[in-house]
Amino acid sequence: MTAVEEAPVSAAGNPIGFGSMKRKEDQRFVRGQGNYVDDVNLPGMLHGAILRSPHAHAKILSIDTSRAEAHPGVVAVITGKILEGIPRPELLGDNFAWMPTLSYDTQAVLATDKVRFQGQEVAFVIATDRYTAKDALELIDVDYEPLPAVMDAKKAMDSGAPVIRDDKGQTDNSITDVMGNKFWESGNAIGTQEAIEKAKADPNCVVVTQDIMYPRVHPAPMETCGSVAYLDPVSGQLTLWTTSQAPHAHRTVYAMVAGLPEHKIRIISPDVGGGFGNKVGVYPGYVLSVVGSIVTGKPVKWMEDRSENLMSTSFARDYHMAGTIAATKDGQILAVDVDVLADHGAFNGVAQPTKFPAGFFHIFTGSYDYPHAHCKVTPVYTNKAPGGVAYACSFRITEAAYFIERLVDCLAAELGMDPAELRLKNLIKPEQFPYETPTGWVYDSGQYEKTMRLAMEMVGYDELRKEQAEKRARGEYMGIGISFFTEGVGAGPRKDMDILGLGMADGIELRVHPTGKAQLRLSVQTQGQGHETTYAQIVAHELGIPPEDIEVIHGDTDNTPFGLGTYGSRSTPVSGAAAAVVSRKVRDKARLIAAAALECSPDDLEWSLGKWSVKGDPDRAKTIQEIALLSHGSLELPEGVEGHLDATAVYNPPNLTYPYGCYICVVDVDPGTGQVKIRRFVAVDDCGTRINPMIVEGQVHGGLADGVGMALMELIAFDEDGNCLGGSFMDYLLPTAMECPDWELGETVTPSPHHPIGAKGVGESATVGSPAAVVNAVIDAISPFGVRHADMPLTPANVWRAIQGNPVRVDMAVE
Amino acid sequence: MEVTVNVNGTDYTRDVEPRMLLVHFIREELGMRGTHWGCDTSNCGTCVVWVDEEPVKSCTMLAVMADGHRVKTVEGLEGPDGLDPIQQGFIECHGLQCGFCTPGMMMTGRWLVDKNPDISDEEIREGISGQICRCTGYKNIVEAIRWAAEHPKGSEVNA
Amino acid sequence: MQTPAPVDYARATSVDHALQLLDQHGEDARVIAGGHSLIPMMRLRIASPTTLIDLNDLDELKGIRVEGNEIVIGAMARHAEVLDSPILAEHYPVFREAEKLIADPVVRNRGTVGGSMCQADPSEDLSAVGSALRGTVVIRSKSGSRTVPIREFHFGPYMTQVADGEILTEVRFPIRPGAGSAYEKVERRVGDWPVASAGVFVVVKDGVVSDCGIGLTAVGAEHFSAPEAEEFLIGKAPTEDNLAEAAKIAADSCNPISDQRGPADYKKHLAQELTLRALRRASAASQGA
Repeated sequence: MTAVEEAPVSAAGNPIGFGSMKRKEDQRFVRGQGNYVDDVNLPGMLHGAILRSPHAHAKILSIDTSRAEAHPGVVAVITGKILEGIPRPELLGDNFAWMPTLSYDTQAVLATDKVRFQGQEVAFVIATDRYTAKDALELIDVDYEPLPAVMDAKKAMDSGAPVIRDDKGQTDNSITDVMGNKFWESGNAIGTQEAIEKAKADPNCVVVTQDIMYPRVHPAPMETCGSVAYLDPVSGQLTLWTTSQAPHAHRTVYAMVAGLPEHKIRIISPDVGGGFGNKVGVYPGYVLSVVGSIVTGKPVKWMEDRSENLMSTSFARDYHMAGTIAATKDGQILAVDVDVLADHGAFNGVAQPTKFPAGFFHIFTGSYDYPHAHCKVTPVYTNKAPGGVAYACSFRITEAAYFIERLVDCLAAELGMDPAELRLKNLIKPEQFPYETPTGWVYDSGQYEKTMRLAMEMVGYDELRKEQAEKRARGEYMGIGISFFTEGVGAGPRKDMDILGLGMADGIELRVHPTGKAQLRLSVQTQGQGHETTYAQIVAHELGIPPEDIEVIHGDTDNTPFGLGTYGSRSTPVSGAAAAVVSRKVRDKARLIAAAALECSPDDLEWSLGKWSVKGDPDRAKTIQEIALLSHGSLELPEGVEGHLDATAVYNPPNLTYPYGCYICVVDVDPGTGQVKIRRFVAVDDCGTRINPMIVEGQVHGGLADGVGMALMELIAFDEDGNCLGGSFMDYLLPTAMECPDWELGETVTPSPHHPIGAKGVGESATVGSPAAVVNAVIDAISPFGVRHADMPLTPANVWRAIQGNPVRVDMAVE
Repeated sequence: MEVTVNVNGTDYTRDVEPRMLLVHFIREELGMRGTHWGCDTSNCGTCVVWVDEEPVKSCTMLAVMADGHRVKTVEGLEGPDGLDPIQQGFIECHGLQCGFCTPGMMMTGRWLVDKNPDISDEEIREGISGQICRCTGYKNIVEAIRWAAEHPKGSEVNA
Repeated sequence: MQTPAPVDYARATSVDHALQLLDQHGEDARVIAGGHSLIPMMRLRIASPTTLIDLNDLDELKGIRVEGNEIVIGAMARHAEVLDSPILAEHYPVFREAEKLIADPVVRNRGTVGGSMCQADPSEDLSAVGSALRGTVVIRSKSGSRTVPIREFHFGPYMTQVADGEILTEVRFPIRPGAGSAYEKVERRVGDWPVASAGVFVVVKDGVVSDCGIGLTAVGAEHFSAPEAEEFLIGKAPTEDNLAEAAKIAADSCNPISDQRGPADYKKHLAQELTLRALRRASAASQGA
């Protein structure tokens, strides 16, 4: 494996290439000079607020907006009926009250016939200030006829269940995808079933089944979603400042939704206060701010409040997974089968590649080598908010990783085998890469055992097991939980992966100015990942231009090339590769110009960081800065070489990249109260080449906290009446500094063989890998009470109930 | 009604509705947008500013209640000699990612270090426990605040 | 961001002035102290007072002091002040233990004792402490002051003895030499309201419990108290069996409801477990352990 060479240091003290480097963007953030959407104020700007449904399912009998319209300061009140009167292009049919989702379903912009989840958009008030807009919401009279609601996904397909999508002529709550499928399968159903049956009949084998729920959670970035729209009535130009992780994709969606010509749409995603997938979707609120500007001729700002964010924007997970694992009694895994009931809410709004309607869930086979696997995912509508992919999940890989890592621990418990030993026995071996899984993924590279051994060594695994035995003898309960995960990120190869028909390749543009300073224009957008620093380092690594001399421009569709955006850990694997490729184009061109200037053949030149020099005569050289000036000057350029030193590229990844890691969590559980204290958390990640190790570690830290949150406290549950029980930060609990331990990080580096710089992406690794480590640790701690599984979140109540043998059903109201 | 609030050393007099939240007074009336808001229930702490000598959640105070008081915001941290050590600490230790919680974290961090220059990591964690960060997992925020404690005069590193 | 409905505002310069303002602005006027319950409720538009009367300038309501054999906490004492009070630390560590777990440090800089008591949330921690210590509250109106035992202060969730035109001014606790005290709380996360809490004091004299108080919150204990359990324990030796029996009696008197913090059976269990743990520590402290 190639070790990363230490980069030379620039005059400003930064690595000219890879290495830890303070972030460029921090200078504005620490001064309070970030520019978030709510910081955008335009002359004459109006403020919008959304009236939302108090019911999960109800007929709208009438909406009377007259009192609100008469309220001083109110400029307009928009309802679904008004939107119905605004025609849309034939391409989409229907009318403006409905918009397409990212999964080819339709979603109401403002409800007309019925409301289908609590918090659904019903009317939009536009007023001179945000306080007045909120006041006017109380003056809108809506007459609802409440209907029975489908809150329990397990009852969604019962005969006689209320039908949610009667607007589509449905007679039940099944979901049909754009390919016409009502469920999604992968792997080998027959082979897997046969292997499981054979194991059941074999006295030397075991078969373990376990229902595992990954409940509904929410990404909850600290900045809520919002937008400022201005449609210039004269030029017809729409400028939309918006909280978007994917400004270019959004531009195209708005063109489709609003019927606006795409060349007249400019999406600006300024500083974004955290995304985690929450800001991938196009929400009715964004569309309404655009409609508001069309109606009023003025800029309209809409910023959702926290309850709106938690109750209406993209949730995550909500997968009920019934797993079966077969193995020999000495711990060789033979087959895994999983049957998933997927709760998609009232509109199928998951942001998945078209060919992967269950996302990449079928990577559930994990990091282990076994021949048979099969999954079946059945999606249903319920009276809950739509969404379904968000929260740092790499397209449902979080669910998959949690599933297999929980199931393997259940198998270890059944076998009476140490869960570390069981994993080590089944891990894919280095020589098996590239490794094709039973469900068709081709893992690019890995040294799994090395990574796992490092994690075990860091945590002191054997000593901990000894301590645990001693403590158990004294009636004290500590637990050690292991998670070994493999992700597939960097979506993706355009022949296989698209969102709404847009292939997932990324454009990039590099401009090297005459003085040798450069601008790199990215299609992806940062929500805190540090792109302004990392991408400068990639160019520095390829061209030798110091990172402080490279400005990274992103988040504005008028000033950057097209690409699919930042989610699914795809920035580094796709746009990071694009940055390397475009730099190499510049380098190749620089070679031709240097050869012309040095009056030699390009073949006589060799590259060393930042310059082309004549082989064997290093004094005859041109630096990249000199070449930049030459490219803009009067030098006679070789035939076919254009002036200037700019280049563009579009990177289409040949495969996903497969980062992986081993996490070990140590907890202490108080069985008298059910309280869990995380004592230690060791995380060893292998994300290939690390461009900026400081930033990589920061990404891991954040994801680990996410995992702690989901494992122990985060939850959006509902009662039978359809009330959302996680609609504020008093109810939707996020981990604080007190619940998070002092993370202990380790690394192995196994570069991706197909990525230009060997990087794999790391933004979501820790969110994917950590929940299972925490849950496995808690279950390990309370296993002496006979507990083999309990669903997240493991609140004190849920842990105590599990110990009592009477576990709580987490996704519904506590009874 | 008319209120006068001293923000970062300057008196600002504005005519505001009594219901206006202090965070909106700072952001909308004074145009200082480094102070953020992130929830409706006083749980997130992105809005923390100092009122007189102590950090408070500016979403849970009315501007009229601050009439005649001193307010310090993130914009008031940097001095004539450059960044405050707390700001430097956040840069040095990668204590921020998206930057949204950062102003509130720095205001509380500055207060914690002022109160107790020998502050322990555990005390820092408790001190910021009413403020949520979704990006950093807190470790580097703790280190950033400790950096400020250990470098009372800052350093030249980021000058 | 959610915003309050229109409201008027007046700043009181004295308690008498505040009472006069209350009178002047009618029954929908509310006094505001730290505002950390009221302002979020106004933002969510659960509360819509017509006028806010700001008590924050009233120095006469601030501070924590000893008067005779009582500790007096002014209604406008901030939670942070209670947490750091050497007087309370000396006589009743239960305050410090409870305050450390109330909300978070920044909220504690603003939130007040009087505000918390008057909000009367059924999960309020200080109500349990106050009830355990059998304190009293002083309520003033234009016609004078009256003193109400904390165990008679609450009518029910969010309802107290403070009537229109009245202001809570002080909370008073008898000093009990030799008392040990402790607070035990289970919360889902730091800063959350309790799933259940128990605060107790115990005075052990000559090997028997001469006095004790048990306060419980979030578990449906009437007046945040457990008088039968106290009665049982007084006069008995603080043995593990006796403490456990008292804890059981305390839990039996609770009537918790299921909610997202936990099911009722769990809360009832916690009432017992936390009472026992608090009693153990308090009686050990009283015995100088």
